[in-house]
Amino acid sequence: MSQNICTPENLVYKKTSLLTDKIMHYCPGCGHGTIHRALMEVVDEMGLQDKTVGIAPVGCSVLAYDYMNIDMQEAAHGRAPAVATAIKRLMPDKLVFTYQGDGDLAAIGTAETIHCCNRGENILMVFVNNAIYGMTGGQMAPTTLEGMKTATSPYGRDVNKVGWPLRITEMVAQLNGVWSASRHTVHTPAAVMKLKKALKKGIEDSMAGKGTCFVEVCSSCNSGWKMTPVEANKWMEEHVLEYFVPGDIKVDGKLVR
Amino acid sequence: MEDLRLMKGNEAFAEAAIRAGCDGYFGYPITPQSEVMEYLMKERPENRTGMVVLQAESEVSSINMVYAGAGCGKRVMTSTSSPGYSLMQEGISYIAAAELPCIVLNVVRGGPGLGTIQPSQSDYFQATKGGGHGDYRLIVLAPSSVQEMSDFVSMGFDLAFKYRNPVLILADGVIGQTMEKVVLQPQRPRLTEEEIRKNTPWATVGKSIDREHNIVTSLDLQAASQEKHVLHLQEKYRQIEAAEARCEMIKCEDAEYVLVAYGSSARICQKAVDLLRAKGVKVGLLRPITLWPFPSKEVKELATRVKGFMSVEMSLGQMVEDVKLAVEGKVKVEFFGRCGGIVPAPEEVVHAVETKLL
Amino acid sequence: MTEEIIIAGFGGQGVLSMGKILAYSGVMENKEVSWMPSYGPEMRGGTANVTVIISDERISSPVITKYDTAIILNQQSLDKFESAVQPGGTLIYDPNGITHKPTRKDINIYTIEANDAANKMGMNKVFNMIVLGGFLKIKPLVQPEFIHKGLEKSLPARHHNMIPENEKAIELGRTLIKQEQKAE
Repeated sequence: MSQNICTPENLVYKKTSLLTDKIMHYCPGCGHGTIHRALMEVVDEMGLQDKTVGIAPVGCSVLAYDYMNIDMQEAAHGRAPAVATAIKRLMPDKLVFTYQGDGDLAAIGTAETIHCCNRGENILMVFVNNAIYGMTGGQMAPTTLEGMKTATSPYGRDVNKVGWPLRITEMVAQLNGVWSASRHTVHTPAAVMKLKKALKKGIEDSMAGKGTCFVEVCSSCNSGWKMTPVEANKWMEEHVLEYFVPGDIKVDGKLVR
Repeated sequence: MEDLRLMKGNEAFAEAAIRAGCDGYFGYPITPQSEVMEYLMKERPENRTGMVVLQAESEVSSINMVYAGAGCGKRVMTSTSSPGYSLMQEGISYIAAAELPCIVLNVVRGGPGLGTIQPSQSDYFQATKGGGHGDYRLIVLAPSSVQEMSDFVSMGFDLAFKYRNPVLILADGVIGQTMEKVVLQPQRPRLTEEEIRKNTPWATVGKSIDREHNIVTSLDLQAASQEKHVLHLQEKYRQIEAAEARCEMIKCEDAEYVLVAYGSSARICQKAVDLLRAKGVKVGLLRPITLWPFPSKEVKELATRVKGFMSVEMSLGQMVEDVKLAVEGKVKVEFFGRCGGIVPAPEEVVHAVETKLL
Repeated sequence: MTEEIIIAGFGGQGVLSMGKILAYSGVMENKEVSWMPSYGPEMRGGTANVTVIISDERISSPVITKYDTAIILNQQSLDKFESAVQPGGTLIYDPNGITHKPTRKDINIYTIEANDAANKMGMNKVFNMIVLGGFLKIKPLVQPEFIHKGLEKSLPARHHNMIPENEKAIELGRTLIKQEQKAE
């Protein structure tokens, strides 16, 4: 029966060909799969597959290149902005994007992040913030919330000892090289649509040479947070988004927050 | 007409890069090689050939920029000096693992640590035995004149692309800072995207419909396939060893003793050979041009007909190990070296030969 | 013929550029040359020196510790390099600021009061060329026409209007150099 209704005239949604058929290794409930899909759908809709080079990070999305059906390079931990810089400089007509997590972008790669943004490299930077180190087993991230328990902050993040959760998107928004900076989520369909719009604008603007376009996506990590996916989404709304407030931070070169 | 100039080694290297059709240089200033980027910035190669020159925020960043450019099939390079070269090791290991072609110039200064800024050769082990983590090798070229600082650039790119392997040019402060006559090579065109797609089909230049997507990576989560990859690298290294070892032999035909020295030490030893021959000592010089692969075959052959060798280095006994491995105990192998940025005088080498070797 | 020269003085006295012009002139006359500076912090206000070798043959080592000629422009350099002159070799120095004169008897010693002359004649910018002129009088390694070409090659085009003044300074230097001692 189920076979019979899978016919072209009944088709209302189809996975983009810019995602491979490889089964993703992400935990059920993780935002990465949705963010991958949103990004690849936009690249597909814009007809840019043959012009795109993406940079995968080290972290949970280290294997992003297995899922995104585009040419990709795997960068050393934190170095994606440096890798993207060189590719864009050497091939200015390409769409170049980085895809990084919070440890990669906001801890080990902070220097590369800031200098890439400061040079205003004409790239799209996608920053996935789940407030924890997922791949290595739930250790504290630069974006871990105050009091939040992780494997390396088992009694909760003590800001007096290890500093405050880092709002790096607000930081880089201050740099002249950054054309746009905004924060999104993917825990509701409406939020995904909003993210896709931001990704599309970021691609258009970076391709037009406006500067660095920076898109943060707050995502839940139910495994690392030790919750069910539903609980994790709720916890994210109640806690993470209180500190990392979604919305535009910089639009068309102007700070709006 | 030949293009003859008087140039510093560092400047000749930079000019040769433009002429070799290099697509991109990414670097970070450090003495004694900052003239490379200074020269490139001044020359505005973007107007001459379209070459990209970028001052990165660190050596860590610059080597990862090189990784990126190499992954796009471009001719890319960086230059640095010892502490900066240490910072680059992670990136170089990735480049070797991902089998990407590029050139790295290390104008060695005295170490360990922050050390001195004076000439040294104490990065020999790091250059020839790996340097970063994992089983890998770089092709290591050792220029001993400003002319070779120029010539080894296009030769380096050819080797790097032939074997899909990074090439390290190991120089020192003497070669980098000294001005000598140099005949510059004619301009080579940069590669077009069409040529890159054809010559380096693995390059990430955008997925076309007629091929699968290209991935540049050094990650393999499966031990079995990682072992297979490392064995494949080893097979390539054996080919390079068989085909690419190079050296120059000076006055070795009738020599009873042979000095082994590379880079500026080889220049000093040439003078020492002349001084010793004036005293009636039949001594020659074997100058490795490739440090890896080491010219073991030539050393081994000489070992059948000379009385002894002396490795002369601006380090404390590094290359001498490779000489000993090649000689296999057949004759004696002595060592003389200075370190920390001290350049030995030819007379010191003469004295060392007279007291240790004869 | 091979001439091995050390030029040493304060940073800013034009030591490196004097060596460069000499080396470039050698290239123009189709000789082999090498020019090796001391480098690093000592270039910035401290002492600076450069080894120049001009030869008819391929130059083996650019690094040497004994010199045919030492051109000395301050006391520190005199203290450092007097002993490095080959027996029978040549030492040229500007007596300005020299409190302990050279003491060796086995070398030829010349003085050139280039600093005084440059001050008197408002030629401070080409002080080093006065010294070079003196050296070339004693050691005519390169012919004047090639010096001219060497100046053209080593000075940037925007400074080519300075070439006549440089050549004037070289001529002046030829007249200023005086022998102080003949080698025993």
